[in-house]
Amino acid sequence: MQDLLYFSQQLINGLTIGSAYALIAIGYTMVYGIIGMINFAHGEIYMIGAYTALIAITGLTALGLAWLPLILIVALLCAIIVSSSMGWAVERVAYRPVRGRHRLIPLISAIGMSIFLQNYVHLAQGSRNVGFPALIEGGFNFSADGAFEMSLSYMQITIFVTTLICMTALSLFISRSRTGRACRAVSQDLGMASLLGIDTNRIISATFVIGAALAAVAGLLLGMYYGSVDPLFGFIAGLKAFTAAVLGGIGSIPGAMLGGLILGVSESMTSGYLSGEYKDVVSFGLLILILLFKPTGLLGKPEVEKI
Amino acid sequence: MLEVQNLSMRFGGLLAVDQVSLDVKEREIVSIIGPNGAGKTTVFNCMSGFYKPTGGKILFEGKEMQGKPDYKISRLGMVRTFQHVRLFTQMSVVENLLVAQHRHLNTNMLAGLLGTPNYKAREQKSLDRAAYWLERVGLLDLANRDAGNLAYGQQRRLEIARCMVTEPKLLMLDEPAAGLNPAETKELNQLIISLKEDYNVSVVLIEHDMSLVMDISDRINVINQGKPLASGTPEEIRHNDDVIKAYLGEA
Repeated sequence: MQDLLYFSQQLINGLTIGSAYALIAIGYTMVYGIIGMINFAHGEIYMIGAYTALIAITGLTALGLAWLPLILIVALLCAIIVSSSMGWAVERVAYRPVRGRHRLIPLISAIGMSIFLQNYVHLAQGSRNVGFPALIEGGFNFSADGAFEMSLSYMQITIFVTTLICMTALSLFISRSRTGRACRAVSQDLGMASLLGIDTNRIISATFVIGAALAAVAGLLLGMYYGSVDPLFGFIAGLKAFTAAVLGGIGSIPGAMLGGLILGVSESMTSGYLSGEYKDVVSFGLLILILLFKPTGLLGKPEVEKI
Repeated sequence: MLEVQNLSMRFGGLLAVDQVSLDVKEREIVSIIGPNGAGKTTVFNCMSGFYKPTGGKILFEGKEMQGKPDYKISRLGMVRTFQHVRLFTQMSVVENLLVAQHRHLNTNMLAGLLGTPNYKAREQKSLDRAAYWLERVGLLDLANRDAGNLAYGQQRRLEIARCMVTEPKLLMLDEPAAGLNPAETKELNQLIISLKEDYNVSVVLIEHDMSLVMDISDRINVINQGKPLASGTPEEIRHNDDVIKAYLGEA
């Protein structure tokens, strides 16, 4: 019984972190699906989302606001607005001017963008990590004979539920809405979509904005979950989410969701049964294995060379 | 309605299109023919905004088109197809037609999220138009199939339907009969004539199938090695010595 509870605890922790990875991974996968490039500044956009949320929470609390749901919603909206504008700006500054050039050029301009944003936050917010207030406390505890306790915190439930809502909304948006339909068309054949009168620049901007908005949601959630943020907050999370996207098959949205969950669970299982030190070894080892044996990822389609 | 004046397209040292002119009047089918590599598709690419021509003018309803981005040209009513089928293969047949109407629809995301009556009405209208064209090209039963799973001839017809839902004034078809069997070519023949007669669309056609070209064209332009060789009615072209030489070689 105790073993089962221990296992469930790892599973819960893994799914929590994994669903947040999935939220970030969607940004990578959508951008790749449309323009075939990796947005290396995406981790920074997520980090800026977390900082914005923190600033909003601090400000609102200082103003004497005490009603928690309102604080969270306002903080979430602020984070989404700031991150989305960043996502839009990154595309305009680092991608659009060099689109159609050699693939390495946008890659490098995006890395430049990432370094710039990271250092900007260093300057503006200081390089030390800042505490993130734990707004959602408490949870359910399960125990067997008073020995090991398994806990499911309200924060974890919040992360699940929010991720679930975001994913459902995104899936509906992509499959049902006109803009979503246009996104799919552009990702399949950008030239043809353009010839049919779709303003592909707008659709590309929209993908960056949607990805950034989801990253901002993840920023707020993980900021609260970890309890602190620092300017390098986005670096590791970005790498992990990128791994998740590749794992699931880059370009595929369900793949990013699946990849995030697998990565999160395998990390927490490693921490729980081996040692926390091996966590990153396992996640990046997984990436190498996938790249070796199934380069298109779990749900990715083999790339067909266009004639 | 369309006037191409002295169009030239140079790629480095290669002059792919040299001083080609053609004009298309309303409700007219004009063909461009010529041996392989004559520059026919390059002319299309210039007209549809794929290439920015290095010389000459393209006037559509009096407005200069050369160098405009392709989506603007298609919004003004000039729509094209390609030699090979370019459907959105992973989308359903009906979605292919809906996405082509994107620009006609109000793309306000908020309206979509709220499902306002206006949004729904427009969506319904685009569905109706899609259904109408599917019926017209005989694909209504296959509306929910993935476009990539259709037979080749069906894909060709779907492509034309997809152009038509954008309500073009001028349709540019690049070898629409390529790969079709004689029966399918005949159907295509009737479809193109009906586009002109029933829907008032002008057509510019690149085609190698001479029976199709001679049957449906009002006028024919022949180009050879990038240069205009002849133009006239099918009857004139059939008896033009230069054209016969270009196609059959000199004796």
